[in-house]
Amino acid sequence: MPPISFTVNGKSETVNVAPDTPLLWVLRDTLGLTGTKFGCGIAQCGACTVHLDGTATRTCVLPVSAVAGKRVTTIEGLSKNRSHPVQRAWIEEDVPQCGYCQSGQIMAAVALLAKNPHPSDADIDTAMTNICRCGTYQRIRAAIHRAAQGA
Amino acid sequence: MSGSTQITRRDFLETTGAAGAGLVIGFHLPAGRRFGAGSAAPFAPNAWLRIGADESVLVVVDRSEMGQGVTTSLPMLLAEELDADWSKIRIEFAPADKAYINPMFGMQGTGGSTSVRAAYTPLRKAGAAARELLLTAAAATWGVDKATCRAENGAVVHTPSKRRLTYGKLVAKAATVSPASVPADVPLKKPEEWKILGTRVKRLDTPPKVDGSAQFGIDVKTPGMLVAVIARSPVFGGKVGTFDATKAKAVPGVRQVVQVSTGIAVVADGYWAAKKGRDALDVTWDEGANAQVSSASISQVFAQRAQQPGAQARHDGDPESALAAAATKVDAAYELPFLAHATMEPMNCTAHVRADGVDIWAPTQFQTGAQGLGAKIGGVTPDKVRVHTTYLGGGFGRRFELDFMQEALETSKAVKAPVKVVWSREDDIQNAQYRPACYHQMRAGLDAAGQPAAWTQRIVAPSIMARVFPDTVKNGLDGEAVEGAMEMPYTTPNVHVDYVLTDTGIPVGFWRSVNNSFNAFVVESFIDELAHAAKKDPYEYRRDLLGKAPRHLGVLNLAANKAGWGTPLPEGRSRGIAVWKSFDSYVAEVAEISITDGDVRVHRVVCAVDCGPVVNPSIVEAQMQSAIVYGLTAALWGEIGIDKGRVQQSNFHNYRMLRLAEMPVVEVHIVPSTDAQGGAGEPGTPPIAPAVCNAIFAATGKRIRKLPIGKIA
Repeated sequence: MPPISFTVNGKSETVNVAPDTPLLWVLRDTLGLTGTKFGCGIAQCGACTVHLDGTATRTCVLPVSAVAGKRVTTIEGLSKNRSHPVQRAWIEEDVPQCGYCQSGQIMAAVALLAKNPHPSDADIDTAMTNICRCGTYQRIRAAIHRAAQGA
Repeated sequence: MSGSTQITRRDFLETTGAAGAGLVIGFHLPAGRRFGAGSAAPFAPNAWLRIGADESVLVVVDRSEMGQGVTTSLPMLLAEELDADWSKIRIEFAPADKAYINPMFGMQGTGGSTSVRAAYTPLRKAGAAARELLLTAAAATWGVDKATCRAENGAVVHTPSKRRLTYGKLVAKAATVSPASVPADVPLKKPEEWKILGTRVKRLDTPPKVDGSAQFGIDVKTPGMLVAVIARSPVFGGKVGTFDATKAKAVPGVRQVVQVSTGIAVVADGYWAAKKGRDALDVTWDEGANAQVSSASISQVFAQRAQQPGAQARHDGDPESALAAAATKVDAAYELPFLAHATMEPMNCTAHVRADGVDIWAPTQFQTGAQGLGAKIGGVTPDKVRVHTTYLGGGFGRRFELDFMQEALETSKAVKAPVKVVWSREDDIQNAQYRPACYHQMRAGLDAAGQPAAWTQRIVAPSIMARVFPDTVKNGLDGEAVEGAMEMPYTTPNVHVDYVLTDTGIPVGFWRSVNNSFNAFVVESFIDELAHAAKKDPYEYRRDLLGKAPRHLGVLNLAANKAGWGTPLPEGRSRGIAVWKSFDSYVAEVAEISITDGDVRVHRVVCAVDCGPVVNPSIVEAQMQSAIVYGLTAALWGEIGIDKGRVQQSNFHNYRMLRLAEMPVVEVHIVPSTDAQGGAGEPGTPPIAPAVCNAIFAATGKRIRKLPIGKIA
């Protein structure tokens, strides 16, 4: 197994794992970054969403070999002290319930706002396809609008 | 996948009896939580509270946080009477200990929308008693009359001199005050005196849930821990026939392959290796008695058994004669499918079984069960079993089960190392204890004025209690299976409700709102049918029959009013209404829908709830939204189908979840109430399916009698 190198939250990492190992499990089991969650394993739910070179990406089906040389940002690397406007908006709107899907929701929302700083409801509908079993969608929508106004 | 919750009725009653000793609960300090009275020692006057010299106020939360907000609502109860500074509150999850028994269960567990109801008085009393000790300590420090001191915002103030000592400065002294000096019945504040309770306090668990630091069960890592994935029988009740571990062990990272009760555990360095090992495993199954069971065969059995009388749950008047004499008769059969919970966090548990004790780290709703199981499998006494409850990535009743913990305990014991068992989503969908599928035969007779003269309901369904607490099922009647149906609130002189317990071979369990989830659909659809047969407006028809049910009527009227019932809607939209009492709360919902190419879209849900005194309106609102999404997802698409004893669905691509773009606008209106308190986590779920189906009828004249709704033809 040749070592695979990439950056995670600004830090260079080199891992020696089977190249077909999904990035999700490298983050969680190898690097100990457990904020990124396992939900379905087939890229349906989005709990495993991170940013890969700035783009929201579902990592449960992404082999780590495909990440070599790339830049990964996880929920842990989003900000220090929960200061990102999206995190602040999430706190302000009291979005999470069980919280399990929220890392993925937040990463998806951050990626949306980076491309589209003032999304319409329709834009949010299209971009936010992650599943939340607690049904926090109404507050997610409110939090994205709040973040768009600078939280 | 079944039968692991082996608690007998006798155990249940014995523990309940112990809990019945009442408010002493919580004043027993669990082992390891006793503190001396030294200057650095915190002040720990009861099992839930520890105040430090650094002003920290630690509240031990003895219910599982699965999204319903107990890490905020329970501390609010205590903090209000303590007059604590809310910004200083920290939380910790309770260990398994008799101090933390849920008085409504007689066991330490979270479910049945009991958390706030059960804690409402004990936690406020605990806070009040602690405040009195702090007041006594301050008065003694100053040499003044305690009656001249008051508590506010984390400090005691001597009113005449305006001297002030914060709680942190008082802990050493307070720890020396005899708890016996506090009157047994310290008066609790009146609601109008509340500063914290009744307000939209922000959740304490939000910050760790927006930066990835909240620890769920699946995130647990202990030194030397291995990860296991289990191969289970594809058929319920099947057993391992033969297996050959050679290929599984050839996968790099796989350490061991061991047999456990539910199948074969592939134990590896991490999840991915364990999963690949399981994929490579050669295993055959003795499929057992259920190998020919299918959804069609179950439906057939249900329909046949609906022809025979059931165990009587309610009988008023003479329904048969009234039916025979009725001017109009309405008959209908309803059918609902099995449903999986599909918590976002798949089942998992970490266990370490050693000769000297057992540790369990689990996202569990049932600590007493975990402790008992750990003792049994570990061969130790329960006091040697430490249960570490993590955050739960959803519960919905699924985590009241012990199966996932049993697998971790057995695997750890077999490999003599700490082991985390992780389920895939497919494991989760295909090895649950499902919301019972069921069949209902409904009959009613209307008099000449359209009023119901007779109402009968026959419920044919598997029994959850027959699996979990078999001794509670008497003469074929599972009192839980008829919940809500038995208390059908509409005025009619002749009522009969009975139950035909029908096992299907498919394990059934607690699913958010439990049996209310099907009984509400049936009762609230059928009353709509009667309204139509009587040529009455479905809201007005209900209203006129709820004369003896004032809290039902209150939420019904509020929801109808806020939804603008009777006012014109945009082209293509229609409304439906339903009302239901569950877990001592009353909820009415009006759904506003449209149908395009056979697909139902719910645009708006107006929800009125009366749950008695409200601890945190923001959380109640969130729970109503949540419960509506949960019930709506199931109503629209939810179905676990069975073929050859196997679950046909496997993951979110074929067990569909509602997503943000499909989310209706949910408006929640809370009835100001000083009536008896009800729960909040579940009562929003039951009314949504009938409200939506009644709206479909209003739009199309098509009555949905079988869920899920799917495509409207």
